Amino acid sequence: MSEKKNLKAKTGNEAMAEAMRQINPDVVAAYPITPATEIVQIFSQFVADGVVNTEFVAVESEHSALSACIGASAAGARAMTGTSSQGLALMYEMMYIAAGLRLPIVIAEVNRALSAPINIHGDQSDTMGARDSGFLQIYCENSQEAYDSMIQAVRICEHPDVLLPATVSTDGFIISHCMEAIELLPDEKVKEFVGTYKPKNWLLDVDHPFTLGAIDLQDYYFEHKRQEIEAMRKATKVIKEIGKEFGQKFGRSYDMIETYKLEDAEAAIVVLGSTAGTAKVVIEEMRKQGKKVGMLKLRVFRPFPFDDIREALKDVKIVGVMDRHDGYNGYVAPVCSEVRSCLYELDKKPKIASYVYGLGGRDITLEMITEIYEELLSGKTDNNAKYIGVRE
Amino acid sequence: MVNLKELSKRPELLSGGHRLCSGCGAGIIARQVMMAAADRPVVVANATGCLEVSTTIYPFSAWKAPWFHSAFENAAASCSGIEAAYKALKRTGKVNKDIRFITFGGDGGTYDIGFQSLSGAMERRHRMLYVCYNNEAYMNTGIQRSSATPLGAYASTSPVGKVKKGKEQIKKDLTKVMVAHNIPYVAQSAVGYWNDLITKTQKALDIDGPTFINVLQPCRLGWGYNPADTAVIGRMAVETCFWPIYEVVDGKYKINVKPKEKKPIEEYLKPQSRFKHLLRPENAGIVAEIQKNIDENWAWLLMMEECTNR
Amino acid sequence: MADIKIEKKKGWKDLPACDYLEAGSAAAFETGDWRSERPVWIPENCIQCLFCWVYCPDSAVVVKDSLMAGFNYKHCKGCGICAVECPGKKGKKAIVMEAEKK
Ligand code: SF4
Ligand code: SF4
Repeated sequence: MSEKKNLKAKTGNEAMAEAMRQINPDVVAAYPITPATEIVQIFSQFVADGVVNTEFVAVESEHSALSACIGASAAGARAMTGTSSQGLALMYEMMYIAAGLRLPIVIAEVNRALSAPINIHGDQSDTMGARDSGFLQIYCENSQEAYDSMIQAVRICEHPDVLLPATVSTDGFIISHCMEAIELLPDEKVKEFVGTYKPKNWLLDVDHPFTLGAIDLQDYYFEHKRQEIEAMRKATKVIKEIGKEFGQKFGRSYDMIETYKLEDAEAAIVVLGSTAGTAKVVIEEMRKQGKKVGMLKLRVFRPFPFDDIREALKDVKIVGVMDRHDGYNGYVAPVCSEVRSCLYELDKKPKIASYVYGLGGRDITLEMITEIYEELLSGKTDNNAKYIGVRE
Repeated sequence: MVNLKELSKRPELLSGGHRLCSGCGAGIIARQVMMAAADRPVVVANATGCLEVSTTIYPFSAWKAPWFHSAFENAAASCSGIEAAYKALKRTGKVNKDIRFITFGGDGGTYDIGFQSLSGAMERRHRMLYVCYNNEAYMNTGIQRSSATPLGAYASTSPVGKVKKGKEQIKKDLTKVMVAHNIPYVAQSAVGYWNDLITKTQKALDIDGPTFINVLQPCRLGWGYNPADTAVIGRMAVETCFWPIYEVVDGKYKINVKPKEKKPIEEYLKPQSRFKHLLRPENAGIVAEIQKNIDENWAWLLMMEECTNR
Repeated sequence: MADIKIEKKKGWKDLPACDYLEAGSAAAFETGDWRSERPVWIPENCIQCLFCWVYCPDSAVVVKDSLMAGFNYKHCKGCGICAVECPGKKGKKAIVMEAEKK
């Protein structure tokens, strides 16, 4: 890129709202919830100031927010919303429906712990609960990624091979409220990159009426679900292509996963979201002491990048998977469970340990990650999930 | 006054071949509403319920207008989204026709599970006509009570037994609740009054704002009467003042059908098996209470008509 | 279209996605076999009021050039509403219900 970088200090929420302003969707329907409130609050100011063409629908609940987005998207509009935690949980029903009806809606999502007990801070239990909803799930390490991923998500979701909705998530408060210098792209560049939404069938195309949302019984439901599953599978290629194109145009490439010092690593951790940033600091420190540690950051959890994970971890001796969510006595925590089963295919299987951390926004410190690495390097890991940072 | 000859020239927007019960009042309502709307482009949103499942069993859809369904409790919210998309796309020039929006929900999808989304959509003043085909119970799942089920009626979750005599509570007056939203048009209609329903639909569609019509829909299965009498039963509800037909236009009440003589409620109860137990002497008290409620409500309506038109 | 029912069901690769269903395709579906009674039209008693047409829940009363022209027995479920609503001429119904011959 030849242009001068346009660096601006933005919180994660501001970055996402800014991306939404530049995307300029036709419809945004939303309901406020901490810590995602600002996204829609800032956006409604854009609407009030007339800097977007969007029809903003201030609905009476998150269920209605996604329902309205679904209606809007079916009608032929590019639709978006933003939410978090309980709000997302209230959307769960409609998330499956958005995906099943193949509507490319993007949700700016802020990860926050689910009640009860009620808590407003970050963990990933909200989006993990929507794991099998048919939504693509992108987890962001920082505000820059959140901004970039929002822009890419529109293209990914609307790709004819995909036509599925997505959540783009940041960690509550850690990213959503944390000021960072991020590079903003020029409005026209974003506009050009996202293009216009051109659905094949749309309800407002009244000269070509059709029925959407019919009841699908034993004879057809499975085939239609199979198509949806295939779309999710194909999304991997699309995410990679669009991440690459974004890199070529704007200098920051994206993929399904990001690896950090994995090439010669003996011990690796797998993380999602902002913890990746913390882990990078630990890795640098430990590497200075000659300890061969590395990291795999899962940027996309749905579709699950099993090929990439297998390839990246095939030579690592021991892997610790860090979940910011628990599976309530599943054998290991959810992300670990999936990483573990994908590595099972390897002839030379790495040892795998499961770590659950940060529930309800509990801090994850450099020391805690260092300890995890030390434990992995020692080989003395537990078979069951280990809880990091909880008082015994 | 609607002219049926003229109406019959319009395209039929709900085809036969749907799977509603024979003699279903919902089919009559949906057809008549669509007849009224067929002179302009319309998009239909439907809550989950009898009408939705029976008319769109994949790969067969009875709807010839663009039709959308996503879930049970959110028909008004999804129609809000469709209408918002319309506004946005009209601004950007992608849509240039004048399109109207109709939402259909049963009493379950309207009075109960969809109540919040309906209230929200009306308060936000989306330009849509919401039609409740009100058969006074959850018929699609097998005749369970709803908040629209009248006092004393049998439903599978308010059954009649040694101790209980059907539904123990009076029904919610949703029409009044809709009037309280201060929307420009609220009305009640019933199967059996085609002219009334079609006229009201046309009126509502011409209004620039949210409109609501609550249509009493006899259900041969859940109410237990001879299916040929669907319209007859609807008229009986009006003639006994059990279900008054009226409209509230910008706050002004107008009773559209005033029976010459108010028939006793027994005449309405008798042909319906959901009220069968009420005709036993020991349940006369319940019948008297129903009659009392009817009389009070009718008097209240007459008063509202008078004082809002002074 | 008419063959939609007997057509071999498509696999997921060929089946259109569930984001699209043809408008009005139910016209191809027969519900006439639900009938135990069928409405029979007696044209000489018909005053062409079209009440039968406006009340049929199944769009099964055929109207041509604004005139009642008989029934679509493919869809008619034999509910009998049309017969009840029919005023007929001088007290003589223009629609009567007859038992369906099986
Ligand atoms: S019998 Fe019922 S379904 Fe058949 S034409 Fe008459 S009203 Fe329609
Ligand atoms: S209701 Fe009877 S009289 Fe009227 S058009 Fe139909 S058949 Fe003729």
